[in-house]
Amino acid sequence: MKSAWRLTLALLIAMTLAACQTTQKAAPAPEPEPEPVKPPVETSGAPDPRDYTDSRNFDNPESMLSKRVIYFDFDKSTVRPEYRGIVSAHAAYAASNPSSRITLEGHADERGTREYNLGLGERRGNAVSGLMSAQGARGSQSTVVSYGEERPTCRVSEEDCWSMNRRVEIVYTAR
Amino acid sequence: MTVIDNVKKLIFLFLALVVVRAAEAQLEIEIISGNPSALPIAIVPFEWQEAGAPPITRVDEIISGDLYRSGLFDPMEVEDMAERPVDEEGVRFGTWRLLKVDYIVIGKVRTPADGQGHELVYQLFDVHTRDRMLSRVTTVGPGDLRFGAHRVADAIYEALTGVPGAFSTRIAYVTATGLGNDLHYELVVADADGFAPQSVVGSPEPLLSPAWSPDGRKIAYVSFEQGNSAIYLQDVSTGSRELISGGKGINGAPSFSPDGRKMALTLSRSGNPEINVRDMATGRTQQITQHWSIDTEPVWSPDGRYIYFTSDRGGRPQIYRVPPGGGNPERVTLEGDYNARASVSPDGRRIAVAQGRGNEYRIAVWDIETERFTILTPGTLDESPSFAPNGSMILYATREGDRGVLSAVSADGSVRQRLILSEGDVREPAWSPVIR
Repeated sequence: MKSAWRLTLALLIAMTLAACQTTQKAAPAPEPEPEPVKPPVETSGAPDPRDYTDSRNFDNPESMLSKRVIYFDFDKSTVRPEYRGIVSAHAAYAASNPSSRITLEGHADERGTREYNLGLGERRGNAVSGLMSAQGARGSQSTVVSYGEERPTCRVSEEDCWSMNRRVEIVYTAR
Repeated sequence: MTVIDNVKKLIFLFLALVVVRAAEAQLEIEIISGNPSALPIAIVPFEWQEAGAPPITRVDEIISGDLYRSGLFDPMEVEDMAERPVDEEGVRFGTWRLLKVDYIVIGKVRTPADGQGHELVYQLFDVHTRDRMLSRVTTVGPGDLRFGAHRVADAIYEALTGVPGAFSTRIAYVTATGLGNDLHYELVVADADGFAPQSVVGSPEPLLSPAWSPDGRKIAYVSFEQGNSAIYLQDVSTGSRELISGGKGINGAPSFSPDGRKMALTLSRSGNPEINVRDMATGRTQQITQHWSIDTEPVWSPDGRYIYFTSDRGGRPQIYRVPPGGGNPERVTLEGDYNARASVSPDGRRIAVAQGRGNEYRIAVWDIETERFTILTPGTLDESPSFAPNGSMILYATREGDRGVLSAVSADGSVRQRLILSEGDVREPAWSPVIR
């Protein structure tokens, strides 16, 4: 039931995308030629954004695979529901690409002590790693590295900034 | 002497001056909240009796600066001194009483009989009773005149407060300068007054958690230079270093046992951070905590009987302690939502922690016997407390605007001072043990 609905949705999205593609192509009109320089993969159309085995989706903003940062609540390491989809997408990719390797970089905001935050960053990395393993990725495919509060993306002492720093970055060392 | 020689000499002199100026400009110390009952004292300029030219900064200025920074003394300006006696016969107590000075120090600097180094000959008097409280000769090697002055300040501090001074010690800290890809980290060692900063190690990757060996010769620290946390041990004077721990997961929070034979450290190779104790001679490492929570930031009690550490096994981070051979950890801090990164006072009775409450982090001291907290600093992001080896002050990291600075607070919270580095972030202070 659920998977049928998923499939329909995927098809719908794919169709909409295909439609978009044609209209976009039609608009600038003059040359009817289908650009022979492009490699054959491209001619088969844009990748299905829900096909998480397709590495082209890493650069497809429509796909969950293009999203590689998970954010956390203060002093927490639970993956919030809105980020589960991202984790699932990468788990699916890892499961279907056994040679791919991932580093999960765990981070914390500046509040609290540096060494405790190293622990917190690792705990967040482990939470993501655990979810991925539960969805078919092999344990040997991901490594957790904690940077604690040492590598902030934002350096202002307020919540908007702190929330950007409490994160796990999914970094592919091999796709 | 040729012209070229002279030019060379001038260039050398110029460079030497630039180096001194740079070192002086780097750390600026300012008392932000003083002690109204500071003792008035006069450190009369020491007579320079050596053959060579006197140094740019006089010995008495260094001594006055040390005593001033302690917050317990109010040294008199040299310009206000009506007389500048060098020997006991020259001291007219009546004059100093009129100048409202309670204590006076006089002295001289001369070359020892063997011709090597310096001798600081000095006396301390109580202006009111006319008692001579100290009469000493402090001998130091060539190039150690500043160190000698700090030793004199230590002796004066001890004679007047009953507590040994900690001015002849050193501090280690981490600086971060630059932005983005140009970020540069440096582990620096300086005199306790911030002078003579010397880089121990530099890296484009984060450095943290410096810890002194009990003899003050080595520093263990955490470096991310290999992409993951790793603990290194480095000789401060020779620069030689060895990798202590660099396995999978966290390698962090090194802390030496009081006898220097063991090191407590945090390792997460078992899956989450646990406290481990490493035998420095054999390298054998024993895990002494076993819990799914974060156990980290171990630090030894001065008698070596306990390792204090941070753990969130009760839900939020609190300080616990466990014997170094392992056992059942016992909770130490019983108040507050967030207590972490303990520093144990030299008498073992108090622990300083970073205490969090909402978004405010302050340095607080927990009295182990009375089970009470005293909050020492105003916040808002204060962390990394480090007791002076005489227990008189606590050095810590705080933020000012968007940069990190170091501050020191007296153990009773009455005097605070700020040490500012001219550029970038300063953090992770660690006060050295007394260097013998």
